Amino acid sequence: MALLEVHDLNVSFPTNDGLVQAVRGLSFSVDAGKTLGIVGESGSGKSVSTQTIMGLTRGARISGQAMFRGKDLLTTNEHDLRAIRGAQIAMIFQDPLSSLHPYYRVGWQIVEMIRAHEPGTSKGAARNRAVELLGLVGIPQPAQRIDDFPHQFSGGMRQRAMIAMAMALNPAVLVADEPTTALDVTVQAQVLRVIEKLQADFGTAVILITHDLGVIAEVADDVIVMYAGRVMEASTRDTIFYDNHHPYTEGLLRSLPGYGGDRARLQPIPGQPPSLINPPRGCPFNPRCPYVMERCKLETPSLDIVFGDSQHSSACWLSHTREERVAIRAQVVGEPVAS
Amino acid sequence: MTTESILSLTDVVKHFPVQSGGVRRSRDVVHAVDGVSLDVRRGETLGLVGETGCGKSTLARCVTRLFDLTSGRVEFEGRDISRLKARQLRPLRREMQMIFQDPYGSLNPKRRVGSIIGDPFAIHGLASGAERKRKVQEVMELVGLNPEHFNRFPAEFSGGQRQRIGVARAIALKPKLIVCDEPVSALDVSIQAQVLNLLSDLQKQLGLTYIFISHDLSVVRHVSDRVALMYLGKIVELSPSEALYEHPRHPYANALLSAVPRPDPRAAATRERIILVGDVPSPIHPPSGCRFHPRCPKAQQRCSDEEPLLVARDGDEATHATACHFPVDSPEELAGTWVAASADADVVGAAAVDDVGVTPPTELTERGRI
Repeated sequence: MALLEVHDLNVSFPTNDGLVQAVRGLSFSVDAGKTLGIVGESGSGKSVSTQTIMGLTRGARISGQAMFRGKDLLTTNEHDLRAIRGAQIAMIFQDPLSSLHPYYRVGWQIVEMIRAHEPGTSKGAARNRAVELLGLVGIPQPAQRIDDFPHQFSGGMRQRAMIAMAMALNPAVLVADEPTTALDVTVQAQVLRVIEKLQADFGTAVILITHDLGVIAEVADDVIVMYAGRVMEASTRDTIFYDNHHPYTEGLLRSLPGYGGDRARLQPIPGQPPSLINPPRGCPFNPRCPYVMERCKLETPSLDIVFGDSQHSSACWLSHTREERVAIRAQVVGEPVAS
Repeated sequence: MTTESILSLTDVVKHFPVQSGGVRRSRDVVHAVDGVSLDVRRGETLGLVGETGCGKSTLARCVTRLFDLTSGRVEFEGRDISRLKARQLRPLRREMQMIFQDPYGSLNPKRRVGSIIGDPFAIHGLASGAERKRKVQEVMELVGLNPEHFNRFPAEFSGGQRQRIGVARAIALKPKLIVCDEPVSALDVSIQAQVLNLLSDLQKQLGLTYIFISHDLSVVRHVSDRVALMYLGKIVELSPSEALYEHPRHPYANALLSAVPRPDPRAAATRERIILVGDVPSPIHPPSGCRFHPRCPKAQQRCSDEEPLLVARDGDEATHATACHFPVDSPEELAGTWVAASADADVVGAAAVDDVGVTPPTELTERGRI
């Protein structure tokens, strides 16, 4: 039984221009100790979906189910949700500077968080735990730095402090929404390593949201590829990179610099992502898809198992057998294999 | 490509005074760019890479004279432009243009696209009325925008299209040199590839020279003929791009390249990563000697005493210069080179990912497989 199981999540926002359909029919599950990567471009609905599960999307129209420890988070009342949020499911965000309060010392913010969820803890004990946590995430001299203000920390240290705070109550699930996007690569490597270590030590399930396929390749176990609010393809990491089925996944990988050898001409996906107010009829990717067929413009494909692999599903009308998919790839884009 | 240089920098220095409140004025300065010498050859793309705060954007603004230099010399086509006044610089601006990172912030939201792209013609008094409109539409067509969208506002375009507007404005007067400051960093990958292809097409058509600034090492590798890597205001390695990516000599280059996540799980599982400890030191009081020495795994006494020169080291081509006393010289030291690593990686596995074994970084650097 998965730790967190989301079923048929739909999220939309009423706006003056119409209803923005941010997430349409998202289902996924995460197990303890595993990392689920959610990858997609801007506006694909990857952040909105996890924020909705955490009860952070006010004013949205929501349907579906998000089962966590026998409770549906989407119907849980605000009071009960507060006990879960932060303690059992923690989040870290892209920008650590705006997630920390600039007027309060870093240590104070961690202590407050611990004591809010565990009112019995004394200030001293909570502070000791905060020092320990800061040490754990690799802040040098944590006993001194705990009294610093956020502006006295560098970007990487702030993100570590956020991780320390998120891990303070030993959550079962950690949602990391673009945790390293604002950081330089050397710092990114440090932060990813801290998350991996904590995950290994505490068996935390991690949901990692990113647009960076490189980060996914390094840390994810399973991957969901989202486009225009829908899941296009879901599978284990290596399948997504080397044996993918969906043309969007293929297009994303092809458009990366370095694909097809040094300085080879890049192969972008033509066109623009669709409007979420009037998404195209049928498959949302059909206007940009090199394989587009008549059917794609009329009927929306469901997420079905492909290549006979029960862990691999794709929402695409192309043949679900590997041989035929490979053959049509050779025909359309002139390459027999994905990688 | 000829080897004639279009732009030549000699010992360029840019310091910013630190503004501090209170009665006592601080004499501290931020050493943003500290002695950079560099030639840019006509027709090439020179990549300028480095982490946040290394001075790459400041250097770009010194080159285009958006900043005055603290000292040093910038020569454009053999002419010293480092002391020219604003009015004297104006004719030069036709030859040298910039493309900026943020396609939202760099376009005036209240002006129509046609008039934004028409600005260069208006400023330099080159065309007006119907002729200007015709020229603007030509340029729009060249960068892949629909010329009929002449009267639209920037808000009506997507991020990628806005970046095309920025490109159109830069190439309008057929400049010789374009400084691209993180031109694709704000774009999604599928759109990023469109803009990179556009830049490369324009370079061929118009014979442009690019200085291409980015923190994204795979993008820089893709576009650059040569790459200059900066750290704390100085160039630490300058070389043809293949040489830098395949056998970096500076320990910082080695660590940086190994830290870049690559979209290839098989390579990621087998490759070694060097995790640098700590952060980039303050550019107000940069370390003595080699600025990388406090974080360098190979640092010795000499590194803190004596600043290494940017020269070709033993065994390198003359074109591959490294500012390091003890450059990376054995293949064992090289971590995660960028030679197609997946070819010989037949072992794949989640096992390699589980095998983390990380401790909070206590040693200077830790090396290990992830």
